[in-house]
Amino acid sequence: MFEQNGMALLEPILRRHAGDPTRLLQMLREVQEREGWVAPEAITQLADSLSLPRARVEGAAGFYSFLHTDRPCRYRILFSDNITDQMQGSGGLLDYLCGRLLVEKDHVSEDGLVQVKTTSCTGLCDQGPGLLVNGRAIAAITRERLDCIVDLILEQRPVAQWPAELFVIQDYIRREDILLGCGLKPGEALRAVIVNPQGPPLGVLEEIKASGLRGRGGAGFPTGLKWEACRNAKGERHYIVCNADEGEPGTFKDRVLLSRHADQVFEGMTLCAYTIGAAEGFLYLRGEYRFLLEPLEAVLARRRTQGLLGRNICGREDFDFDIQIHLGAGAYVCGEESALIESLEGKRGIPRNRPPYPVTHGYLQRPTTVNNVETFCAAALIALKGGDWYRAIGTPRSAGTKLLSISGDCARPGIYEYPFGITVRQILADCGAENTQAVQVSGPSGHCIDASEFDRRIAFEDLPSAGSFMIFDEGRDMFEVARSFVGFFAHESCGFCTPCRVGTSMLKGVMEKIATGHGTPYDLGEIDKLNRVLHQSAHCGLGQGACNPTLDTLKRFRPTYEKRLKSLEFEPAFDLDGALAQARRMTGRDDAGAHLGNEA
Amino acid sequence: MSDSQHFLLDGEEVPFTPGQTVMQAALSAGRYIPHLCYHPEFKPHGSCKVCTVKAGGRTAASCTLPAQSGLEVESATEEMNALRRTLVQMLFAEGNHFCPSCEKSGNCVLQALGYDLGVTNAGFRHLFPDRPVDASHPDLLLDFNRCILCELCVRASCEVDGKCVFSLSGRGIDKHLIVNNASGRLEDTDIALDDKAVAVCPVGVILKKRVGFALPIGQRRYDARPISAQALEDAPRPSTQGPCNACEDAP
Amino acid sequence: MTVPAEIKKLRVATTSLAGCFGCHMSFLDIDERLLELLHYIEFDRTPLTDIKHCGPCDIGLVEGGICNAENVHVLREFRKNCKMLVAIGACAVTGGLPAQRNHLDLADCLQEVYVTETSLGKGGIPNDPELPLPLDRVYPIQEVVKVDYFVPGCPPSADAIWKFLTDLLAGRTPRLGHGLISYD
Repeated sequence: MFEQNGMALLEPILRRHAGDPTRLLQMLREVQEREGWVAPEAITQLADSLSLPRARVEGAAGFYSFLHTDRPCRYRILFSDNITDQMQGSGGLLDYLCGRLLVEKDHVSEDGLVQVKTTSCTGLCDQGPGLLVNGRAIAAITRERLDCIVDLILEQRPVAQWPAELFVIQDYIRREDILLGCGLKPGEALRAVIVNPQGPPLGVLEEIKASGLRGRGGAGFPTGLKWEACRNAKGERHYIVCNADEGEPGTFKDRVLLSRHADQVFEGMTLCAYTIGAAEGFLYLRGEYRFLLEPLEAVLARRRTQGLLGRNICGREDFDFDIQIHLGAGAYVCGEESALIESLEGKRGIPRNRPPYPVTHGYLQRPTTVNNVETFCAAALIALKGGDWYRAIGTPRSAGTKLLSISGDCARPGIYEYPFGITVRQILADCGAENTQAVQVSGPSGHCIDASEFDRRIAFEDLPSAGSFMIFDEGRDMFEVARSFVGFFAHESCGFCTPCRVGTSMLKGVMEKIATGHGTPYDLGEIDKLNRVLHQSAHCGLGQGACNPTLDTLKRFRPTYEKRLKSLEFEPAFDLDGALAQARRMTGRDDAGAHLGNEA
Repeated sequence: MSDSQHFLLDGEEVPFTPGQTVMQAALSAGRYIPHLCYHPEFKPHGSCKVCTVKAGGRTAASCTLPAQSGLEVESATEEMNALRRTLVQMLFAEGNHFCPSCEKSGNCVLQALGYDLGVTNAGFRHLFPDRPVDASHPDLLLDFNRCILCELCVRASCEVDGKCVFSLSGRGIDKHLIVNNASGRLEDTDIALDDKAVAVCPVGVILKKRVGFALPIGQRRYDARPISAQALEDAPRPSTQGPCNACEDAP
Repeated sequence: MTVPAEIKKLRVATTSLAGCFGCHMSFLDIDERLLELLHYIEFDRTPLTDIKHCGPCDIGLVEGGICNAENVHVLREFRKNCKMLVAIGACAVTGGLPAQRNHLDLADCLQEVYVTETSLGKGGIPNDPELPLPLDRVYPIQEVVKVDYFVPGCPPSADAIWKFLTDLLAGRTPRLGHGLISYD
């Protein structure tokens, strides 16, 4: 198909992106969406048109999970594979779908019609299991809904014509506080700042600094300091980036903020632009939230007509700023800010060496402020209500409120907004969690705590959190929880540095060895060794955090590992007798000598 | 000495000029820190992590760590060498490194590092990945089995040769080297025998054909001296001027 | 080494699994030092003594990787009886040359050799119960049993083997050092 009309397809895409190589990922993504894959010819033509080495385009396409370069396929169905999806039965549902479609997991069907596989957490944990069909999210999967999907696929109806009710995503907001409940009107904070004669933009900066606002992506860097450093950094242009690559398993608060409070996000970005002197901003939206693209574009368009974006914002002659949306394509590591910037530039999402930091050398090596969706929302609120007001909420070192994405074993999963300092115990009570064994705070790269720690508080000074809050009751097997997370890190490792590329795969191998009943105390030692190497030498937070699930569960739930160990002696990682199966089949032998027992 | 800046490397002062990394300053001062993906002619890359040191109590890759006055750097400690040993083992387990049949043996940086660090086995399960060999080019062989993903050829081909013959694709453990052509064959690229990318490969991936085992055992690059001594002679070099001692084809 | 008046000799067993006996040849290359060594050790099962089964030993030297069921039995016998198990040479340590078949499918190999290539395989794939069945791939010995020491090299030089054994006999943790440690 592509061979005949390749250029005809590419021309509008190239035109839409003005032949700009930094838009490469967007072009590849659009080719994928139109064609069901990224054909070798498309790679060649994109490279030629953009004057890029072909290998660079191929390398970029090969990096992202949602870009398929193997072969075309009409329907690609990716089951969300977070532990919460698994707990909601995703594994059985995937098998059911494969059975109904007569396909083998991971393999494109012979006729190129369908492929079923898994993908990392899609951010639908409060309404799982989730899946993506050709990039479109479907929540609350059941056998009935899969039957419906099977019918649609077999009658080959384009996904765009599938019933809208299949694609409904709920926003379960369970507890509102100052942020979710503020009712900020579009332009309200901007006008307050820009029309206010008290001498902004430094006024905004002072308010943000006074508020004590810290980055909501998890690291907690003071937002005011970041804005100030970026403002002071020399460079011909400054940029704003909103990190909406919400990939940490178990978190979905940004999905809800962007669905319900997009104006407030964009308002915060615009205020930041006003403060640091930027004319261009990007919203880097994770590919899993593709369904938000059109609604968000509509909000941007409306804001332009309202004079809240574009030229002379709020009538201020020297203030021009606009925002473009970049979609990711399935790469958790792009949530790391420097990897995100690489991806924004159309490259493989590899975290950069730091220093220098993005505030001085970010997008196109120019000063760039990267903040989380929630941080920009809070900044808009602070600009309107003042830093002192905000600072009075929360704890001394963690001002304001935090949105938590709560999922797992509880009666009421969804979004909860709390002032910092809330105890885990209170949260569990509020969401209706019973017999809780453990909570994974801030996702796999965060911390797993057990019941003895439920009086700990969500705050930078105790349990920092980017928002993920996954609950496991006493019926759950914490070894399996850790194994799921280890698999996640191995899948999402960018492969740049040795310890993470090899170490996460080795760790996955050891966990599988233990899971399949071949484990020994030597393997627990191996986990310790791998944890140490990852912690000491991985290039970025992904690799350093990749050891957390095993470290935490080995410390708190060690018996769940030990009870699986086969013996105290060394054991191979594989089934020796199984390793003879092929030879038995080829020779037709089944005598005693054709088998290997377990005896040492 | 009062005017110059210096940091402490294993308790001894190392002078540096602003802008130098710990690795660059150390090599300039005749101090060796084990390294693999670092090459004196190229911008530090920081991916292999073999050069990890402890600085101010935190671990960091010394090739990308900016030198700072007063910094206390620990490198030649058992803790750091144990880490390096494990990283080298990971690289051996990840690829297919069958030294006895490799023309690069004796001149191979990975192997020499293994010797110097006392690595006697891969320490992990060998992954035995299925990787191809590209013998399409009339004068060059590409054996991906030995690739350690250091990106030196990628950097050399783009930065020095101006060709970008090599790039990386895939992710995580599936990351792999690719060549700049839709056919995926080296013969269809514009690589030349005297390209920097050919000379810079630290292992036996990019090999000239009809060279074979040119030097007898005993006369190869790392036979006479360990890499810790050889690397000091190679570095530092002014950037991209003249032949490079750190590349194997050095005269 | 100077020979003490009276010592208890260490019992040593050796074997070659999926190897070429090159490491054993290299061992013999320690030449006259072999006589000195015999003051300190005595041989149990080894191709040199032709003892068929290994009894309780202090040191087991294993050459070669694990390519078939018999290799597994022998390796287990060594592990069971030897206090210190040593992988000698590239094949034992990494799988070595035999492991170059690991990227090929075993069934395809057997099919190609004994069925497709008619000049070789008159009788089809051999299925005599006396023959050990091949494993799906060739494994380094440390992937099958716990190994205590490794002497890499193809083969390790006689000097390397000598240094290793003298260290071991003297109770020192063996260290080969530059010039003795080699992978080729």
